[in-house]
Amino acid sequence: MNAIVKQLTGLRDWVDDRFPLMTLWNDHMGAYYAPKNFNFWYYFGVLSLVVFVIQILTGIWLVMSYKPDATLAFASVEYIMRDVSWGWLIRYMHSTGASAFFIVIYLHMFRALLYGSFKKPRELIWILGMFLYLALMAEAFMGYLLPWGQMSYWGAQVIISLFGAVPVIGGWLSEMIRGDYVVSDITLNRFFSLHVVALPFAIAGLVVLHIIALHEVGSNNPDGVEIKKHKDENGHPLDGIPFHPYYSVKDSVGVVVFLILFSMVLFFIPEFGGYFLEDNNFFPADPMKTPLHIAPVWYFTPYYSILRANTVNFFFVPAKLWGVIFMGLGVMIFFLLPWLDRSPVKSIRYRGGLFKGALAIFVVAFVILGYLGALPPTPGRNIMAQICTVIYFLFFLLMPIYTKLDKTKPVPDRVTH
Amino acid sequence: MSDNAVDTGRRQFLTGTASVLGGIGACFAAVPFIASFQPSEKAKAIGAPVEVDISKLESGQRIIAKWRGKPVWIVRRTPEMIEALKKPLAGQLRDPESKESEQPKYAQNEMRSKNPELLILVGICTHLGCSPTFLPSPDAAGVGENWRGGFFCPCHGSKFDLAGRVFTGVPAPTNLPVPPYKFLNDTRILIGEDDGGAA
Repeated sequence: MNAIVKQLTGLRDWVDDRFPLMTLWNDHMGAYYAPKNFNFWYYFGVLSLVVFVIQILTGIWLVMSYKPDATLAFASVEYIMRDVSWGWLIRYMHSTGASAFFIVIYLHMFRALLYGSFKKPRELIWILGMFLYLALMAEAFMGYLLPWGQMSYWGAQVIISLFGAVPVIGGWLSEMIRGDYVVSDITLNRFFSLHVVALPFAIAGLVVLHIIALHEVGSNNPDGVEIKKHKDENGHPLDGIPFHPYYSVKDSVGVVVFLILFSMVLFFIPEFGGYFLEDNNFFPADPMKTPLHIAPVWYFTPYYSILRANTVNFFFVPAKLWGVIFMGLGVMIFFLLPWLDRSPVKSIRYRGGLFKGALAIFVVAFVILGYLGALPPTPGRNIMAQICTVIYFLFFLLMPIYTKLDKTKPVPDRVTH
Repeated sequence: MSDNAVDTGRRQFLTGTASVLGGIGACFAAVPFIASFQPSEKAKAIGAPVEVDISKLESGQRIIAKWRGKPVWIVRRTPEMIEALKKPLAGQLRDPESKESEQPKYAQNEMRSKNPELLILVGICTHLGCSPTFLPSPDAAGVGENWRGGFFCPCHGSKFDLAGRVFTGVPAPTNLPVPPYKFLNDTRILIGEDDGGAA
C-alpha cells in the first residue's frame, strides 16, 4: 500500500515538474476559498457545468447516427429513436438536457439578481456569463433545426426573417444566414456545423474564462460581503472554506438531487407536454405548409412575446423592426446591469422594499411573457404582452433611480450564518 | 548581436507596419470564408422560373405552386370577390395603393394583378415568413368581425384581403408580395419571369 502511494506521489511530482498541476489544483479547488455561507441558489453554477457535459457527451453519440441532410435528417432522428440501441435514451437526454440547461441558467442568473453577484468587482464575470447565455441561445436555436420537423423548419424561418427587418442589408443578411432563398438543406448543413463544432468550442472557452474571472475576484455570497476583507495569519479569508473538499462534496449532493429530477423528466415525461419537444415537430418539415400555430421552445418565449407585442408603426419605423429591436434589446439590456444598479449594497437581504418589489414584478412579467409566447395571439393576450413588455423594460430603465432611492439596511462586516 | 543601443523608433515602426500589413492580410483571408455563406450556384439555379397549368383552377379556388422553395398562390377570384374588393375600406388597409409593397409595376393596382380574375402572390407573410391560411369565405370563424374573405396568418394574427393587401393593427408591415409572372397562353403561367426578364 505504502509503495503504491509513494509511486503515485512520485508520478504526480514528475508531472508537476513539467506542468503546473498542483498550482492549477490549488488555485481552483484545493486552496480556492469560497464563502462558507453558500445556500441553495449556489448549486446552479455547477449544475450548468453538469448539463454541459451531458450535452457534449450525448451530442457526440447522436452525431454517430444523425444525418445532416434535408431528405434524411427527420428519418435519421426516428432511426435513432427506434432502431439504434439505447438511441431513444441518448436522444431524450439531449433534448431534455437542452431545457434543463436553460432552467439552471435562468436560476443561476436569478441568483445573481438576488445577491448582486454582477456588481463591482464582478462585472466581467457577469459579461462573460452573458456571452455564454447568447452562445447558448444560438446553440439551442441551431440545434432545434436539426430534427427537421415542422417546428424546426418554421421556427428557423421566423427567426431568420427577423434579420430581414434590418434596414438596407436585411435581405442580404438573411440570405447569408440561410445560404439560400428559403430555409433549405444548405441551411441545415451549416447549422449542423455551427451547432456541433463552432458553438460548443465557443461555449467551452467562455466557461473557462468565466471561471478564471470568478476565481480571480472570488465568489460573492448571500450576504454580499467581501470575505477577502478579513483574513487569518495564513492569508486565507476567515469566512472562506476550501472549495475542495467542502463544496465539491456539498455540490455532489446537489448534483445527485438534480440527476434524480432530470431522470424523472427523462423517463416519464421527456416531451414535457409539448414544452420540451413540441408536438408539431413530430411531422417532417414541409416548406409549403405552415403549422397553424408556431411558437419557439419555452426558453425563448419571453422574447418572442416581446417581439409579437410590437404592432404599431411609430417614429417612421415599421412595427416589425420595432419588434426585432425590442427583442434584441430585451436580451442585451442584461449586459448593462452592473451599471444600472446604483445600490450601495449587493444582497437582497439588505436592500429595501423598492428593489424587492421591482424584482418581484419583473419576475412575474417575465413569466407571463414566457407563458403568452407559447400561446397563439389574440387581441387580449397582445395587450397583456404589451403591458408586460413595458414592465420588463422599466425594471431596467428605472433601476438607476429606484436603487438609489431605496432604503438599504446596514450590511454586516462578516458573513452571517 | 550588435553593440548599438536598441533603436526603439525603428522597432516600433517595424512592429507597426508588420501589424498593419498582417491585419490587411487577415482581412483578405477572411473574404472566402464570409463569401462562402452566400447562396451557392446550385441554390441560384434552383431559383429558376416555374410554369403552372391553371386550366383546372375553378372560380373561388386556389392552387399552390412552388417557386424558389416558396409557396406561390394562384387564386381565381369570383365576380363577387372582385366586387367586394372595389368597396372602399376606409382606413382599414395599411398600404391600399401598394406604395411600400413589393410587386411588379403591372400589379401595382387595386386588384394587385394583371388580370383582375387571377391573383398571384408569394404566400409568405411579410411579418416573419409564415404561410397565411386562405379563408375566402366572409363567415370564416376565428378572424374577428367584418371579415370579407382573405388570408389570415396564424402565427402572429396578420390579416390580408383577397388582393393580398394588409390590414392595419396587425404586425405585418406590407402587402403580400406579387412575384413577376407572365401568361404563356390562356391556361399556362410562368412564375419568376415577366417580359422584363427573370427576377
